[in-house]
Amino acid sequence: MRLRALLSGRELSIVIALVVVVGVTAAVRPAFLNAQGLHDLFLNASVIALLAIGQALLVITRNIDLSVGSVMGLTAFLSGQLFLADVDTPVVLVVVAGMALGAACGAVNGALVAVAKVPALVVTLGTLYVFRGLDYGWASATGVRQVNADQMAPEFLAFGSGAVLGVPNLTLIALVALLVTGYALHNWRSGRELYAIGSNPEAARLAGIPAGRRVFTAFVVSGALVGLAGVLHAAYFGTINASVGTGRELAVVAAVVVGGVAIFGGSGSVRGAVLGALLLTTITSALPILGVPAFWQRAVDGAALLLAISLDRAVMLRVAARLRRERGLRRA
Amino acid sequence: MIRSASVTKVAGAVLALVLVGACGGTTKDSSAGTAAGGSTGVGRTADPDAPIKEGVKVAFLPKEVDNPYEIIMDKGGIEAVTELKGEGKEVGPSDASASSQVSYINTLVQQRQDAIVIAANDPNAVAPALKDAMAKGIAVVTVDSDAAPDARQVFVNQADSEEIGRSQIRLVSAQVGGRGKIAILSATPNATNQNTWIEFMKDELAKPEHAGLELVKVAYGDDDDQKSFQETQALLQSIPDLKGIVSPTTVGISAAARYLSSSPYKGKVALTGLGTPNQMRQFVKDGTVTAFALWDPSELGYLAGHAAAALASGRITGAEGEKFSAGRLGERTIGAKGEVILGPPTTFDAGNIDEFDF
Repeated sequence: MRLRALLSGRELSIVIALVVVVGVTAAVRPAFLNAQGLHDLFLNASVIALLAIGQALLVITRNIDLSVGSVMGLTAFLSGQLFLADVDTPVVLVVVAGMALGAACGAVNGALVAVAKVPALVVTLGTLYVFRGLDYGWASATGVRQVNADQMAPEFLAFGSGAVLGVPNLTLIALVALLVTGYALHNWRSGRELYAIGSNPEAARLAGIPAGRRVFTAFVVSGALVGLAGVLHAAYFGTINASVGTGRELAVVAAVVVGGVAIFGGSGSVRGAVLGALLLTTITSALPILGVPAFWQRAVDGAALLLAISLDRAVMLRVAARLRRERGLRRA
Repeated sequence: MIRSASVTKVAGAVLALVLVGACGGTTKDSSAGTAAGGSTGVGRTADPDAPIKEGVKVAFLPKEVDNPYEIIMDKGGIEAVTELKGEGKEVGPSDASASSQVSYINTLVQQRQDAIVIAANDPNAVAPALKDAMAKGIAVVTVDSDAAPDARQVFVNQADSEEIGRSQIRLVSAQVGGRGKIAILSATPNATNQNTWIEFMKDELAKPEHAGLELVKVAYGDDDDQKSFQETQALLQSIPDLKGIVSPTTVGISAAARYLSSSPYKGKVALTGLGTPNQMRQFVKDGTVTAFALWDPSELGYLAGHAAAALASGRITGAEGEKFSAGRLGERTIGAKGEVILGPPTTFDAGNIDEFDF
């Protein structure tokens, strides 16, 4: 019962799926669950989890950001460029610069959506190409095709692969982001208003909620998180070119949807989105260990997505039926 | 060419070209034959003893002028031409689109260059302009990325697939002491070049001298950092006594190196494959990787420069079996379809990696 109070029905089903995937894989290969294995699982999920937190904020308001992969590429490339300019650039400065650039990209999206009233799907599809184009243009203009590990500050790389008490730094950062956004979304007035906007934009506006400003802010915050993810990607992989993050938007939207954030807004949580990211990356890690041939891995990924959504839908229908029944009983 | 770490993709394209040539069967062969005949028809027969034309003018046309790999290649070519007391220069477009090289070819023809060395962005888009150049008596050499076989006289290719595959096994064998389990981390499951190399690796493994090596798994990282990373983790977890990983793709080898360098497996599991010195420098220095391979673009350009000068001076015509001197690379023979192969890939290790910058 306690668990029920802690996690919603959707989140519980993800946790069960996660336990099944990890359990089956660990039964086949116990090494999957040793210290290094767990470290790797969390490390793999961290960057995508940060993206999922930002995306969840937007999807809750009935918006979407398809440009995340491009923004991430742009900020990862920025970190590389900063190190090329001066290899002793402080790590903090690189992180702040990446988040600022991400927030600026988010502000462009947010302004087009909130002020110009263009649907987010169209705006961010456009900026997906615009930001990627800028990234390639920048690479071409400066002649920097690739930034390699030996050109970056050793502290930066150590930070990317480091850990505190066995927990990777990147995971700690993702956890902090999760706690802060989760708290704000749950307890702040402006956080609750995001749900109201997503449930019914018109009603939210009539209730006096500054919908435009809230959506704009959500885009900026999400952009800053994407910017952070780009910098962390650079620190984690140590090889950057202008195509970092290509196609990542689909994985992020999948994580958010699997995590139980309703694609039409108004419900879900960042906790669910992070669990969704963890489940999908864990499946990707588990499949090769279970010996699933490479050709099938993508299909299994997609099937997992469909299954999660179907389960989710079934739970939702049951909840709706129960609510109707209870209301009927109350009236009777 | 390797600008976005996708040597495999480009190599794939190169291989695809070779395959297209091969698939063309008899018709392609005969058209290549006519092309060679055509150029001799203009009054050229091979005279191996002809002197190198005085002040021979060779122009190098890269895929795009700001591509570091191509710049190094063309520098090697200009070095060769300078050795022969000729004039070498590099001109080219700023974008690698299919048709961007055509206007440059036309300009070079008007300038009456003796030879053009081109890394074709598109095999067919440049073909009419190159044929026009050949008709005007200009020698045409393709390097790194071929044009249609009847639109050039000689194609200078990096290395043949067989040599790439076999040398990878020899490298890993030396690193694991000739025995133990090894795995391959490839790009996508249906990448033509990768699969061809893997076939030759398996063939090499079947030889008695590699009897101690056992290939237990071929994993696919899809040339994606994250996926390659996770596949590397899976290899290490699912094969506890794994001795070595071969990753014949620049994305795969750098992701695997990055993972190994920050894991307890560093130094215990050997990693080798195809990578660029710049991306692997860090990992060679920190002891994650002992040695890996790739062809040296500078040598590739150098060979092309010599081939171009020899063609322009009438020492060769591009027919199979003709030989020419390629300076410090020694004597080279033209193979089938006018191809000259640079030779085995260069191996990079802690001793020589700082001599390379690409």
